[in-house]
Amino acid sequence: MSAPNKSYDPVEVTALRPEELDRARDDAIAAIAAASGLAELKEARIAHAGDRSPLALANREIGALPPAARAEAGKRIGAARGAVSQALKQRQAELEEERDQRVLVEEAVDVTLPWDRTPRGARHPLTTIQERMADVFVSMGFEVAEGPEVEAEWFNFDALNFKPDHPARTMQDTFFVESEDTGLVLRTHTSPVQVRSLLTRPLPVYVVAPGRTFRTDELDATHSPVFHQLEGLAIDEGLTMADLRGAIDAFVTGMFGAGLAVRMRPSYFPFTEPSAEVDMQCFVCRGASVERGAPPCRTCGSEGWIELGGCGMVNPRVLVAAGVDAERYSGWAFGLGVERTLMFRHGVEDMHDMVEGDVRFALPFGMEI
Amino acid sequence: MRVPLSWLREHVELPAGTTGRALAAKLIDAGLEVETVEVVGDITGPLVVGRVLDIEELTEFKKPIRYCRVDVGPANGTGEPQGVICGARNFAAGDVVVVALPGAVLPGDFAIGARKTYGRMSEGMICSASELGIGDDHSGILVLPADTPVGADALELFGMRDEVLDIAVTPDRGYCLSIRGVAREAAIAYGVEFRDPAEVALPAETGGSYPASIADPSACDRFVLREVRGFDVAARTPMWMQLRLVHAGMRPVSLAVDITNYLMLELGQPLHAFDRGKLTGEVVVRRAAAGETLETLDHVERRLDAEDILITDASGPISMAGTMGGLATEIDEKSADMVIEAAHFDDIGTARMVRRHRLHSEASYRFERGVDRELPLYASYRAVQMLAELGGAEIVPGVTHVEAPVERTVVSMPAGHPGRVAGVPYDRDTVVRRLTQVGCRLTDPDGDPLAVVPPSWRPDLTDPNDLAEEVIRLEGYENIPARPPRPVAGRGLTPGQRLRRRAGRALAAAGYVEALNFPFVAEKDWSALQLPADDDRRRALRLANPMSEDEPLLRTTLLPGLLRALARNVGRGFPDAALFELGLVFRPRPGAPERAPRLAVDRGPTAEEIASVDAALPDQPLRAAVVLAGEHEPAGWWGAGRPAGWADAIEAARAVAREAGVELTVRADRHAPWHPGRCAALYAGDVLVGHAGELHPRVVQAYGLPSRTSAMELELSRLDPAGVVPAPHVSTYPVATQDVALVVDSGRPAAEVEEALRDGAGELLESVRLFDVYTGEQIDAGHTSLAYTLRFRAADRTLTAEEVGAARDAAVAVAAERTGAVLRGG
Repeated sequence: MSAPNKSYDPVEVTALRPEELDRARDDAIAAIAAASGLAELKEARIAHAGDRSPLALANREIGALPPAARAEAGKRIGAARGAVSQALKQRQAELEEERDQRVLVEEAVDVTLPWDRTPRGARHPLTTIQERMADVFVSMGFEVAEGPEVEAEWFNFDALNFKPDHPARTMQDTFFVESEDTGLVLRTHTSPVQVRSLLTRPLPVYVVAPGRTFRTDELDATHSPVFHQLEGLAIDEGLTMADLRGAIDAFVTGMFGAGLAVRMRPSYFPFTEPSAEVDMQCFVCRGASVERGAPPCRTCGSEGWIELGGCGMVNPRVLVAAGVDAERYSGWAFGLGVERTLMFRHGVEDMHDMVEGDVRFALPFGMEI
Repeated sequence: MRVPLSWLREHVELPAGTTGRALAAKLIDAGLEVETVEVVGDITGPLVVGRVLDIEELTEFKKPIRYCRVDVGPANGTGEPQGVICGARNFAAGDVVVVALPGAVLPGDFAIGARKTYGRMSEGMICSASELGIGDDHSGILVLPADTPVGADALELFGMRDEVLDIAVTPDRGYCLSIRGVAREAAIAYGVEFRDPAEVALPAETGGSYPASIADPSACDRFVLREVRGFDVAARTPMWMQLRLVHAGMRPVSLAVDITNYLMLELGQPLHAFDRGKLTGEVVVRRAAAGETLETLDHVERRLDAEDILITDASGPISMAGTMGGLATEIDEKSADMVIEAAHFDDIGTARMVRRHRLHSEASYRFERGVDRELPLYASYRAVQMLAELGGAEIVPGVTHVEAPVERTVVSMPAGHPGRVAGVPYDRDTVVRRLTQVGCRLTDPDGDPLAVVPPSWRPDLTDPNDLAEEVIRLEGYENIPARPPRPVAGRGLTPGQRLRRRAGRALAAAGYVEALNFPFVAEKDWSALQLPADDDRRRALRLANPMSEDEPLLRTTLLPGLLRALARNVGRGFPDAALFELGLVFRPRPGAPERAPRLAVDRGPTAEEIASVDAALPDQPLRAAVVLAGEHEPAGWWGAGRPAGWADAIEAARAVAREAGVELTVRADRHAPWHPGRCAALYAGDVLVGHAGELHPRVVQAYGLPSRTSAMELELSRLDPAGVVPAPHVSTYPVATQDVALVVDSGRPAAEVEEALRDGAGELLESVRLFDVYTGEQIDAGHTSLAYTLRFRAADRTLTAEEVGAARDAAVAVAAERTGAVLRGG
């Protein structure tokens, strides 16, 4: 953009003579025609059609001409500039066409060459699936609650209605820290977070607790001494098993898609009463593999159902131990294994793959799952 | 618990044609975890009872072979003896055996045909128990009692074909560790009659039996003894009983033992038989005294604990109650006079004894989960009855029955409670009917709340919710509607939780792959990491029962696990690996109490009580760490690669900190396990958050890693996530760029020079960037030239050359003053 002409010269001038004008036009057209490339054309454009070109200067002088001469001069200059502009446009098109035909072809590279220069990383699928599972609860308004991995026995067992002689409270199942008498264990489940949440948060409480848990299982294809759980907890007035069912349905829909049946089977956990095991319809075969003669389903082992986890109504004894008025409040808890979920959702065949840190395992999962 | 369907059918009138699978589905709905339904005795074709007529020993072969002629009656169509080749030697002419005739198919698709072998025509097979799929005894031919009818169809005669349900019984359902308990559930599930195998008419006893007493009522609240005499020690366990035991997963032993096992499986009441002749004096149930020992049935001399529950007589301990009998009073192949014990032992006492002595038995398994206190009188009577019927014993009249009073449980529950728990209303009649079905009694059928007396076999029913579960499960969990969740007003993730996710994404984006390593480390990791003797990281918690004695400690740093994972990747052919981990480390708190108190559970804890528990826990901060080796950017057709190094490790820390909105300050440091000249301490303001750099060559060697392996570890908990980031003002005025080259002493950290330039340049400075570091000919020895590009821009105007020059000079002046920098060519 050119600045306004502030140095206006009030001295009367005369118009460019017609023959000079024609010469300027012819010079311009010749230079344009002579340009052999886009760069030369650009030079020609600046020289013959730029702000300092004879035609542009002539144009600028029109205003300074005596009024009688203005109309004719304007007409002639306009025609000359139009012709130059036309020639430029035409030559531009010709040269661009030529470039497209020749130069770009000459500049061709092998785009199939690999460019794996930037290192690729990934998050562990157990991390990302855990987040995804938690986010289903977060989308229902739950908050993510956390707790320590070295946990007091009181939180891990007593407050959860495990009697002092419960078989889980032995070195057969539980890692004890320092000795059996310190009252410290590696938490065997994420449920102590339930108690911590009830003790620290105002009621009602809606939390989801994902995290690392420990049991003295030897590492094999389906077990690991270090694993992950995730559990949802809702404590409010008037919560029932119908609310639990609804929440599980919502979770299954969020993780595996709509329209999958969910079933609960009566079971037993010290910290819930009533308790249930939860199965969901297989999201791959949708139960079809059970039919005689149907192709087998690897995901559900042709059972039609996949074991999801355990759940139940929080045992009022747990509420009492956490200082909650069990007459007024009730609620549910629903927990499931993260490793298992990853195994059946993604077809992981061996627990070793999840714990060894081999880059080949995590890379395909990328940042989100 | 393995439940043969035929056994179950004796006690529950299942609809005709009910299959094992159908029953399993019903029981699963009622809350029994049926794991498998197995068809046993999967045999087709002719399997018959035969009597061995004569045996011809064939001696011309490598091993002794017998050619037997067996009478199978009319079963073979001809009535002629059947010729069968057999290699077993545990039978004689006259014995009754099981013969598979040609056309039979035994378990494992084992087809029997007539074939020529050892020079004879063998028309079938004389079977062993294992060949028939009834147990693992393949030591010899199954020899049947002599009075077994020859020619009979063996499958039908013994009920060999059966279906067996394998049920994983949850700890609250001890009563289902019996045919009796499962039959009761099956009867409720089908709404059909249940015939209680414990319901036997007891004779009116006038006198006592073998003398006994309970010295410790907390150990045992009912103890029953009955006696038999003249038991035929030669009597054998009938085939049907052997089959049932085998199908239920137990091994037949001898008639007397088999009867006690059979009744335990059927009723759930463990029984013990003493040899009457080996008892001396009164039997007393008591706790062990210090120093007492007992040699148990398994020939192990056991040192008893003062809490152990014992059966004793005048000689001392004779049995560990409900767990394992003593060797000295055991019945043997000559025991004709027996004392049968049936008792109700304390579940917790039994459980502790089991754990102390690692003595798990079928009996203790049941006592731990609670046995029906009302059973001992009935079960013991059925035992002596069976010993009489099957073993010709004489029942000695009288019974010894001692007991300690127990308080009856009464649970008060509003009739509407199950409906309020389920979220679906049940009318009062339904609630009463369901509770009655499971055996509960109502003290006042019209009252509300209901006063419910749970049955003697359900010690688990103590709370209203326990009763609610009974009603709800029998009404069907599947009939509970799903109520869509009502969204609550959650606050989403906390800044710390978001930071953890962002840190993971940032590291993955920078080329690191996440590894989740076990938090177990070894003492030798500390020396491998070159940690000084007084390093805090050596103060680690130790597991009392680690998975491996090699790694008993809880990590105080993420590095050992990551370095091992890195070595694993390198070993598997990935020398250019970069890993990261986000996880907790465990740092014991100095002065923490030695134990965490176990608080009450009948009320909420006070704030002081919670604090007293938490005080015993270690600090468990969240850390981020990376390790990398090889080339971080690979060589390729474009040219050379870029080796991974200390700078990558530091940049990884910056990437993490940036996610928290924190710009790290880096200072040179000496800190294990890093290379003393290539170690950076990372600061957020004045707070040390971690270290990064190249690892010490000794550390690299100790973990078997490629040279120049680099690492970073920082404490995410120490990065305070920035709050709301204020938007920058984007100036559209032109930038003015100035390059300066500063010569400094070579030991001078570039960060100090840069900081001085920043401070000196003032607020017109937009950015400063080090673009060249030079040492060489044109610079004095011991000096380094640092070349910076300074960019200046104002928010509100185009800067003049004078302004820019002044700002640059000011920057250089401060650098000169603080760092001794000299403007090169200036």
